Amino acid sequence: MEDKKLFITGNEAAVLGAIDAGAQVMFGYPITPASEILQGWVAKADLSSAKAEENKNLQYLQTEDEIAAGFGVLGVVLGGKKAFTASAGPGHILLQDSLAMAENLRLPFVGIMMQRGGPSTGTVNFSQQEVSLAAFGGNGDGLRIVYSASSVRELYELVIQAFNDAWQYRFPAIVLGDGYLGKTRSTVSLKKPGKLISSYPILEEKTQSTNLRNCYSSEESFGEVLKKNIADWNKNKSVIAKSENFQTDGAEILIVAHGLVASAAKEAVANLSLENIKIGLFRPITLNPLDSIALKEAAKKAKKIFIIESALNQLARIIKYELAGLPIEFIEIAKPAEGFTPEEIVNRIKNT
Amino acid sequence: MDNFSPKSWKQESKPHLFCPGCGHAIALKQLGYAIDELGAQRNTTLGIDIGCSLLAWDFFDIDTVQTHHGRTTPVMVGYKIARPERIALAYMGDGGGYAIGLQSLIHAAFRNNPVTVILINNENYAMTGGQLSPTTETGVKTTTSPSGKDIKFGPGFKGPELLRQTANEKAFIARASVSNPVQLKNLLIKAIKNQTENNSFSFVEVLSICPINWKTDAKQSFERLKEMEKYYPIGEI
Repeated sequence: MEDKKLFITGNEAAVLGAIDAGAQVMFGYPITPASEILQGWVAKADLSSAKAEENKNLQYLQTEDEIAAGFGVLGVVLGGKKAFTASAGPGHILLQDSLAMAENLRLPFVGIMMQRGGPSTGTVNFSQQEVSLAAFGGNGDGLRIVYSASSVRELYELVIQAFNDAWQYRFPAIVLGDGYLGKTRSTVSLKKPGKLISSYPILEEKTQSTNLRNCYSSEESFGEVLKKNIADWNKNKSVIAKSENFQTDGAEILIVAHGLVASAAKEAVANLSLENIKIGLFRPITLNPLDSIALKEAAKKAKKIFIIESALNQLARIIKYELAGLPIEFIEIAKPAEGFTPEEIVNRIKNT
Repeated sequence: MDNFSPKSWKQESKPHLFCPGCGHAIALKQLGYAIDELGAQRNTTLGIDIGCSLLAWDFFDIDTVQTHHGRTTPVMVGYKIARPERIALAYMGDGGGYAIGLQSLIHAAFRNNPVTVILINNENYAMTGGQLSPTTETGVKTTTSPSGKDIKFGPGFKGPELLRQTANEKAFIARASVSNPVQLKNLLIKAIKNQTENNSFSFVEVLSICPINWKTDAKQSFERLKEMEKYYPIGEI
């Protein structure tokens, strides 16, 4: 496959990822900093537009709210086509309704969430406060695949991965970014995906009907369904889980960070290494399921683990759960809804 | 299979689980006959809300998805976008359609999404124990209006009339009653045809009886239904 070099924003990359993944329908409700994904999709779908993709038959609906957007996605996937929505913060909260149904009925919902800070308008460009919401936000058990992108190129790749994983393993998939990632314009070469997982009708339309339900007459009958879902999750989670390990071999100090914070942390690690400090970065690409095998390997020699995030202990809870009982000192550096510079991380590591 | 059941019914799920005397069963029988008459059994997908409606999740030998409360309309709007060649039906109660799901219902009518919504109006939230709903008429006793619904909670909610104000002119909107099953079936057929032939939205509210929560016997149930029909006019709207 030929790589194409483009000068695009993260939100534009997300749209290209959805198209290259074979998505056919987008539902959305305008919200900063994800609106450009809806606008970008509509521009590709609107055949009178110069940016229209030829012969793609892309469709969209700007819905009355995010609740309808999420359930619209579920309607399309039941019919056998790939669909998605994009949102942020308060919209991401409303999407939990449909995400809970997707999780329980194993529907391949795909959502791209560009995180922002706090409730209502809050701040509109950055936070990592939607990690717990994405991974564990529903009244279920968190059987959702959650990715965190740390670059424009990776956002494109993870959107494709999300569609593939959602349709292959039949768990809802959420790609997390943030407003800075969404609006940053950079030169990227996008690698066209290899094999795509095909969509198919979930209401099967056989000679005998399919009746899907969210209602059970006993705890036991519902429990059987949940047991099967959890078994499928456990069977596949090590294949789904992804991470990046940067200089983690022999690292005595390990930083764990995701998304844009991990980009700053990577630079900090590179700088600290020049001073012969044995430091590495473990960057979870999937926050749920976590790549726990790689994490444990990266933490093998670690005496101290710094968990750095723009939220209060949302990543830390996930990491500490996996490493519980190991003789490691955990230092949590949390700046909810504020970002980090590499220099700041270098100073915090040196002075701790 | 007996000679009276619609062919589109799923025999294994009968006898059904609705309460004795429930109007849902009458409405679902007429819906079954309507689907049979249209020869649409293998070309229809049915979305089901929660509340008493959910008991219809395996009622038909028809592809069915039971959704979250108030979300059946957007699910079927989405389904129809993916599968325009199929008939998309959404089945719900007065709480699902006129309270928690009203926003989606109005917008589907406003956009003229080609789906058919069937709403059972029995003037209460029956599955949860007979609380007042938007359609409960003034003075009617429910478990959350023990001395009769006060006008401060609004009079009976007229959904089809509301939708008519915002719906596309091609939309088919009607009110039927389980007191007249033949008319109910004919209105359902017209509604489904408006989806298939005019690619337009359609909506049928069905006035129904709830003997358990109304605390009425068979005769009293139909007497109260007759009173409802005076407040809620039957026919195309």
